[in-house]
Amino acid sequence: MQLRDEWSGFTGGHWTEDINVRDFIQKNYTPYEGDESFLVGPTEATDKLWGKVQEFQAQERANGGVLDCETEIVSGLTAYGPGYIDADMKDLERIVGLQTDKPLKRAFMPYGGIKMAQQAAETYGYHVNDKYDQIFNEYHKTHNQAVFDAYTPEMRAARHSHIVTGLPDTYGRGRIVGDYRRVALYGVDFLIAKKQEDLANCGDRTMTDDVIRLREEIAEQIRALKGMKEMAKIYGYDISAPATNAHEAFQWLYFGYLAAIKTQNGAAMSVGRISTFLDIYLERDLAAGTLSESEAQELVDHMVLKFRMVKFARIPSYNELFSGDPVWATLEMAGLGMDGRHMVTKNDYRFLHTLENMGPAPEPNLTVLYSKNLPKSFRNYAAKVSINTSSVQYENDDIMRPVWGDDYSICCCVSATETGKEMQFFGARANLAKCLLYAINGGVDAKFKDKQGRNMQVGPEFAPITSEYLDYDEVMHKFDLMMDWLADIYVNILNLIQYMHDKYYYEAAEMALIDTNVRRTFATGIAGFSHVVDSISAIKYAKVKCLRDENGIVYDFETEGDFPRYGNDDDRADDIAVWLLKAFMTKIKKHHTYRDSEPTTSILTITSNVVYGKATAGMPDGRKPYTPFAPGANPAYGAEQNGLLASLNSVAKLPYEYALDGISNTQTISPSALGNDPEQRKANLVSVMDGYFAAGAHHLNVNVFDTDKLKDAMEHPEKPEYANFTIRVSGYAVKFIDLTREQQLDVIARTCHDQM
Amino acid sequence: MLGRVHSTESFGSADGPGVRYLIFLQGCSMRCRYCHNVDTWALNKGELRGADELLDQAERYRNYWGEEGGITVSGGEALLQIDFLLELFSKAHNRGINTCLDTSLAPFSRKESYFEKFRNLMQVTDLVLADIKHIDPVAHKALTGKSNENILDALRYLSSINQPVWIRHVLVPGITDDDDYLKQTRAFITTLNNVERIEVLPYHSLGAFKWDKLGIPYTLGDTKPPTAERVANAERILLGTDECDAKHKC
Repeated sequence: MQLRDEWSGFTGGHWTEDINVRDFIQKNYTPYEGDESFLVGPTEATDKLWGKVQEFQAQERANGGVLDCETEIVSGLTAYGPGYIDADMKDLERIVGLQTDKPLKRAFMPYGGIKMAQQAAETYGYHVNDKYDQIFNEYHKTHNQAVFDAYTPEMRAARHSHIVTGLPDTYGRGRIVGDYRRVALYGVDFLIAKKQEDLANCGDRTMTDDVIRLREEIAEQIRALKGMKEMAKIYGYDISAPATNAHEAFQWLYFGYLAAIKTQNGAAMSVGRISTFLDIYLERDLAAGTLSESEAQELVDHMVLKFRMVKFARIPSYNELFSGDPVWATLEMAGLGMDGRHMVTKNDYRFLHTLENMGPAPEPNLTVLYSKNLPKSFRNYAAKVSINTSSVQYENDDIMRPVWGDDYSICCCVSATETGKEMQFFGARANLAKCLLYAINGGVDAKFKDKQGRNMQVGPEFAPITSEYLDYDEVMHKFDLMMDWLADIYVNILNLIQYMHDKYYYEAAEMALIDTNVRRTFATGIAGFSHVVDSISAIKYAKVKCLRDENGIVYDFETEGDFPRYGNDDDRADDIAVWLLKAFMTKIKKHHTYRDSEPTTSILTITSNVVYGKATAGMPDGRKPYTPFAPGANPAYGAEQNGLLASLNSVAKLPYEYALDGISNTQTISPSALGNDPEQRKANLVSVMDGYFAAGAHHLNVNVFDTDKLKDAMEHPEKPEYANFTIRVSGYAVKFIDLTREQQLDVIARTCHDQM
Repeated sequence: MLGRVHSTESFGSADGPGVRYLIFLQGCSMRCRYCHNVDTWALNKGELRGADELLDQAERYRNYWGEEGGITVSGGEALLQIDFLLELFSKAHNRGINTCLDTSLAPFSRKESYFEKFRNLMQVTDLVLADIKHIDPVAHKALTGKSNENILDALRYLSSINQPVWIRHVLVPGITDDDDYLKQTRAFITTLNNVERIEVLPYHSLGAFKWDKLGIPYTLGDTKPPTAERVANAERILLGTDECDAKHKC
């Protein structure tokens, strides 16, 4: 079959007739075996533009966190004219397109919740035009109002007491990765034609709820695709046909992503697995002599520059949960193909190299899909960049590939999703630590009071434990019942939220770039994991005394004697961890999940471990009342007594099959503990990751710095060397100086693996 | 047989090649003024553990060792428990585990039956990390409480049997960073033909709190860690990079 002109030089296949980006990649990518010596530095244009963006970032920080905020125009694909980093330098921008008309200006996005959008503006001294108050309260409902219309009193109580926290009921649910590559490979007209075909074949004349809803959604998707074309036109581009060269491929793909971030303010707006795909276009142009390496790197740098500028207007309580303005523009590299070839391309080096060309940065959330079968030279280079920037995360391709294939993306922090084939219903975390306390207190919250001033009855009114010392069997029985209740209410809250989100805040632009016959996962989450594990261990192996307040509510414990702790490669504790994960996931799975989605869970808290901890009383493991939890699947602070590898081995025992949404582990290693010189450090870090992932672990955030640096950065955020000082926290990277002081102290308190 | 073990560490990255499992044996007869593991001195403390049990635990980290890693036995002074060490390293070799011994060499002796044990130990030791604490016998005694004669003799012996050795030197301002002494140390090293690597370890006071805890007066309280320039200077001299000496690794 004759290939379209835009595809000349490519190897054809199924992808030419049907939308099948994976097939295109597999038939056309060039694995790269060499090292980083081909890389080049930033161009003058890159230096100028990045310099300008850094100026804006400094102003933004000086302004209290927001540079500018829209108050008049509701965000949409074509709501604004063109926007540039600097109108005088717009010819230098190889990749164009901003969320609004000005750099770092936050859009007005009311559909998730008008109140939140208004409050976010007010927080930073802006006032949304009053007409929107009437429009979105009287004429048109938002997602937030719809959810609260349907919440039961029990759900509101669970939300209030933070036994479930981080519910996307006031903003976009996020975590949907459109296959933005489709815009470049096929052009929008082809995508519209395919969706029209789907619409014509949707349903069998019987208008059931499902069919009606899907027909409306496809119509919305087609409208969004048409809107995308109009949006590109504003910048002088026609994206109806496929990209003809690398520059267009980058630009087309970015327009796809831009459409998503103009229409949705999801907590996580990930970019996806684009590096290998784009490499194919770069290779074609490099071979034809129409592009130099410097120009190739410039395209990557300028695209990354745009990802570094994505912003949303958030309210303070959101920032407490997810600190430092993250957007999770997660972007993947490497991995292996199903045929056994590694998928490392030169472009993977170029994306990592942006951290050297433009310095460390939290976004995009650069993710290496790791396997010890990746070329040694690439593992070495990634380790080197990690050591120098603390801006890279690693996920185990060897355990994800069998589940998600070889074209999955990471949506949000650590969660895999097959690109263009799947979407995710995500939301929040269940506070299992609080659940254990509810088991002891008969569903009564130790902190939160009802209107009569009594401790809130949040969970079911089971008989509380009344003995002074805890009995293991009694606690476990009650904990099991309480977890049943928690799984039940949690799933039902999420069902309700996802229903309303589909109805009032549907992601038409993202879903337009995903197959109509989409698979859905239902992603739950766990917080307080290590504290529950250690507490159960304490109850089992030591003596735990309850401390009760004047109302008889247990608010803390005294634990006598030693007990095994998770994080020491001690099976006595680690077996409890495995049991806890399996028990919770099994309970989640029992429930009906919205739109036949497949339930999964994660052990991932992001920075919400601080907020969760603040709402939770003391624990038998010795964690003090209302202090932060350990993040994600990390062992509790101070629990690790046998060094880094013992800690990693404990986490690696958690079975990924029961936590398909991800198991996040963040480790900080002091440079001197990693080796005496840079070569040794690099080699040792590679050995650590080879070993950890070979043991079946899922994820690792790697930080390499001394605690002293954190302390200095906290006291002296104005020092220029800290402007871009980036660290990995549970699930994402963040500029350290953008964290709240509370969170900075929390990061400092965490275990740093130091020299003996 | 059982050994007296002070502690273990799953992630050792600075004591031998690659990622290593560290075993700190209890007991030392040296009294180095800068010692940062003073809690390992007492000969009668520590936990009694068997070689197989330790190796089973070490092997839980085998995934992480890559091509170069393995176990390193340190102390205390490991050679004070040479019988146990011999069993541990023999069994490690039977399991295909790379062995590394971090020692002051102070217990070394050519007297039997110690010497025979030492010779046998070297058969199952892949690398020796040897400290030269001070090249001058008098200064050595002042620093550690012991003479360095048999330490230097041990190094000569290791050279004669071609046992791979890394030389390590702790750089303490005012005590071991004198240029003349460093040059003497260098001159001694050049007489050896088995030295694969020379490492300068800058003094730090992170172990000082342990002295306080045990009620032993710490005499280096006013000593600061060496400056980066002094470390570089010591490296230049000890590695012989300013001699343009092609015999040894620069």
